[in-house]
Amino acid sequence: MTEGTRPVLSCTGISKFFPGAIALDEVDLTLYSGEVHALLGENGAGKSTLIKCITGAYRRDAGTIHLQGQAVSPTSTKESQALGIGTVYQEVNLLPNLTVAENLFLGRQPTRFGLVSYSRMQTETARILKDYGLAINPAEPLSSYSVAVQQVVAIARAVELSGKVLILDEPTASLDREEVELLFSVINKLKARGLAIVFITHFLDQVFEISDRATVLRNGRVVGTRELAQASQTDIIHLMLGRQLESRIQERAPAKSGKPLLELNNFGRKGTVDPFNLTIHEGEVVGLAGLLGSGRTETANLIFGVVPADQGEAKLRGKTISLANPRQAVGHRFGLCPEDRKTEGIVGDLSVRENIILALQARQGWFRPLARAKVNELAEAYVKTLDIRLASLDMPIRFLSGGNQQKALLARWLATNPDFLILDEPTRGIDVGAHAEIIALIERLREKGMALLVASSELEELVAYSTRVIVLKDRRQVDELTGGQISTGNIVKAIAAETNREVA
Amino acid sequence: MVHGFQATLRRIAPQLIILAVVLLLNFLVFPDFFKIEFQNDRLFGNLVDVFNRGAPTALLCIGMTLVIATKGIDLSVGAVMAIAGATAADLVVSGYGWGTALIGAISVGLMCGLWNGVLVAFLRIQPIVATLVLMVAGRGIAQLITEGTILTFLNEGLIHLGAGTVLGIPTPILIWIGLGAIVTLGVRRTALGMLVEAIGINEASSRVAGINSRVLLVSVYLVSGFCAAIAGVIVAADIKGADANNAGLWLELDAILAVVIGGNSLLGGRFSITASLIGALIIQSVNSVILLSGLPPEFNLVIKALIIIAILVIQSPTVKHALYILRASAESEALEPARAAQLTPPKETAQ
Amino acid sequence: MIRSTHLPLLVTVLTFLVAFALCGSQYPSMLTTRVVANLLTDNAFLGIVAVGMTFVIISGGIDLSVGSVIAFTGVFLAVVLRDTSLHPLAAFALVLSLTVAFGAAMGAIIHYLDMPAFIVTLAGMFLARGLAYVLSTDSVPITHEFYDFLQSLYWKAPGGGRFRLTGVIMLLTFLIGMIMAHRTRFGQNVYALGGGAQTAKLMGVPLAQTTIRIYALSGGLAGLAGIVFSLYTSAGYSLATVGVELDAIAAVVIGGTLLTGGTGFVAGTFFGILIMGLIQTYIVFDGTLSSWWTKIVIGGLLFAFILLQKGLTWATTARRKPLTDFAAP
Repeated sequence: MTEGTRPVLSCTGISKFFPGAIALDEVDLTLYSGEVHALLGENGAGKSTLIKCITGAYRRDAGTIHLQGQAVSPTSTKESQALGIGTVYQEVNLLPNLTVAENLFLGRQPTRFGLVSYSRMQTETARILKDYGLAINPAEPLSSYSVAVQQVVAIARAVELSGKVLILDEPTASLDREEVELLFSVINKLKARGLAIVFITHFLDQVFEISDRATVLRNGRVVGTRELAQASQTDIIHLMLGRQLESRIQERAPAKSGKPLLELNNFGRKGTVDPFNLTIHEGEVVGLAGLLGSGRTETANLIFGVVPADQGEAKLRGKTISLANPRQAVGHRFGLCPEDRKTEGIVGDLSVRENIILALQARQGWFRPLARAKVNELAEAYVKTLDIRLASLDMPIRFLSGGNQQKALLARWLATNPDFLILDEPTRGIDVGAHAEIIALIERLREKGMALLVASSELEELVAYSTRVIVLKDRRQVDELTGGQISTGNIVKAIAAETNREVA
Repeated sequence: MVHGFQATLRRIAPQLIILAVVLLLNFLVFPDFFKIEFQNDRLFGNLVDVFNRGAPTALLCIGMTLVIATKGIDLSVGAVMAIAGATAADLVVSGYGWGTALIGAISVGLMCGLWNGVLVAFLRIQPIVATLVLMVAGRGIAQLITEGTILTFLNEGLIHLGAGTVLGIPTPILIWIGLGAIVTLGVRRTALGMLVEAIGINEASSRVAGINSRVLLVSVYLVSGFCAAIAGVIVAADIKGADANNAGLWLELDAILAVVIGGNSLLGGRFSITASLIGALIIQSVNSVILLSGLPPEFNLVIKALIIIAILVIQSPTVKHALYILRASAESEALEPARAAQLTPPKETAQ
Repeated sequence: MIRSTHLPLLVTVLTFLVAFALCGSQYPSMLTTRVVANLLTDNAFLGIVAVGMTFVIISGGIDLSVGSVIAFTGVFLAVVLRDTSLHPLAAFALVLSLTVAFGAAMGAIIHYLDMPAFIVTLAGMFLARGLAYVLSTDSVPITHEFYDFLQSLYWKAPGGGRFRLTGVIMLLTFLIGMIMAHRTRFGQNVYALGGGAQTAKLMGVPLAQTTIRIYALSGGLAGLAGIVFSLYTSAGYSLATVGVELDAIAAVVIGGTLLTGGTGFVAGTFFGILIMGLIQTYIVFDGTLSSWWTKIVIGGLLFAFILLQKGLTWATTARRKPLTDFAAP
């Protein structure tokens, strides 16, 4: 710990309950002046909930927050800003249609005779941004600059308004290497000015490059805080992903190597996923492992045509096919349960029944409606086999719990009798019971000869059902594990090894 | 999907009640309101007039309901009516038969729908902006066809569509009820209705499920153009002339109101054409009650505006949310946790 | 220095200049002060109401009620001046406070009930038109010596053009509108609202206050336009100015304001008005062209400007400049 300095911000015992779930469970976080503190964890670990509790966007259900020794309880982001806690999000919360200067000064413009003084606003802006190493035209609209520039302007605004604690939520997610370096020099300057900085990211290299300490969250709990000078990347990955990460080698029946189903050659999209080769056989589960942002979801979306590939070719049972949009993929008997259930999966106001038959109906065409009896039969059959808990098939699907929504989405694809099913984070945000059922279902489908591609951040889970695991990093495949090689330890090693090689 | 007669009835119950109340008001101010006579091979009566006068709005709201269900809006229908009416009139005046005139008008309506649909679905222009273009230019185009005059005609066949009767029932009534029934069955007996609702609720999810949302979007604007064309022909036939300036003037607003009064959300999703049609009848009955009550007709708009404001306020998200919370707190003990959770959604913006 | 956001404005101004030059080359008599003066006088009420509409549209909203509010104002003035002994100036003050309150009420409904501006102002349109009918269904002439006095105020320019008071009021409205839009915190908040209500809220923009003020401004300017219109016609008629909201929206869009909100110029709207007026004048001068071409040409212009803006939005996001270009030494 940094000796002798009083913490700028100390949070103790922060808890937040959402209906049916504990989002944060007695979380402690201490920030010192002049430190960069990384906040790590997979999606849903509670990082953004914690930030929202600190900035007053959420009301915490328990715990105390002390800012420079004073107990505070901001009830809005505006209030926390006034107290000295500024936040900058990945999707920059500035107004792209206003100029750089207007964004920096919105709400506190310098005035002269009651009128906004543009000249003063612009010279001030130029002066402030120079401190951040930025020489841009303050009179240009913000939208004409890249996200990195917008990011720095957002930081400048947050520091001008607040100036004690700066929270950076995934600031580097869409920046290239040089831009990241510029951003880091800005962070270092602010650190030297004595700000306490919270840095949220999923790039571990960057964590080690810029941060002094790191706190790792898992399932709403702090699993550890480490001085990064004394920790290795493997330590941190273990904290983030593993419950107990001793290399468990699982006994498994040798996967029946079925006939090749889908063959992807040099398949990729510029700026999204580097070109890769992948053959998926019938009766096999291919796991996609990697940290957040490694390209798991992007790969899934690419194969399903949600974001079409711009290079390479796809062959289905030896025949070249086009995967330019999901409709074509569905036509080839593919299915995709997306990572973001709410915005890309369920159709919230439609009934569970309609959600289940949606894909089958879309494939059948507009004018060949499924017979009502068939619809009921299908829906009821899947509700029973997948054990979907609901009051009625007629209720809108958004009223179901996360696990039941996920099962209904699985039912949607199973109803189309697919040959190839892509599951992106199939167990995220669902309760333990449903979790086990979905894993068992994946096993069953594989045994029946279906080909599956499963992307997940839960390594134990991947190890449990995959016959092959592809490890992704920085949007490209870095390793492939088969048979006895598949273990959480080996996956972590593959991720970390590659990282170390790059750093070295 | 069809949930059977009972579900339909439950859906349209509020509209039916409002309609019954307004009709009752009609009866109170004018006891002969429900009296229907059969004279000169034609039904006469105030109730018949409500159904007859409401025909243009009713026709427009059929297409408008579908458009609004996709999260869109079609401001151009009034102007399309004028163009279609002018086209039909021009064709019969040039010596073509009424059939050709009708087909011509419908083709023009479909072309307008295609234009709107392509702007919305392929150029991704906001519907309100995209359809504004035709709303502004449309009347000019109609005047171009009529050359600025009220183009009158004497073609019996065409006039029959607006002013004639079939088995004693005024033709417009049969047309709007018939078209309403055809479109309702057309979307509910096929998968179209559900797919339209799906893209209105969540276009991204629908796309992932394999729905061809673009073509579907163009289709609903085509239906809207078709309905507007028929409405335009009826209005022209009724006055035996095409008035490019006044045909269908502000009817797009009436049609949108009918859809809203029909309980359909302007944010897209679930829709009921039947409820919209009842909404159109409610608007016409309000006009009728003001007329029959002997109130000066100048109060018509004020009363209409106040009724609309009342209905809209009841349906507004804030008031709905407040009612929801009220009901939820009353029922919460009886509810399952998952459901109760949904009833008190945290009102935050997603990051 | 030319900025990408100024391009629509530039295109508008160029369109006007080129159109005016073309008109002038064909009919040299169009280049007289008389034509210019009439352009200002005939479009004064439209220009004033379009200033309010510009603010509404920049904020991401729409106001369909303005045409009806103009008619209501005219009828209200005519009836008050006919039936009471109120001085016109007092009547002006009264009607302006009414229309401001009307607009503010619509703004409050839009914000607090979370309803689309389109529907709320549609109801407002019916209500205002209805109130005008209730006051009088006939055209009520206004005869008051103060009106005669106001109408007699003009400056006769060399060449015979009469620049009237109403034209001056419009020019002043535009001037004040420009200052409000670009040099006040309120104006900045309007742009912020149009850029994204949620973000604006996070950045501390008072949403309720701003929304209410925007619609109050639009209502008030519609009232002022109503006064100007009554000076122009010397009467109040409840059936007048039907569809003016559409003309105003068209002028705003042709003036380079994005219909989806966020960017736009009060000055651009001025040129939008001039372009629309010019089309009408040209058709009058031509004599053989029919009046309906006005609508078709305006519709075509609307479409062209919508496409232009769509293209610009694509272009700006496509060629964003990277951070490394701006590293300060």
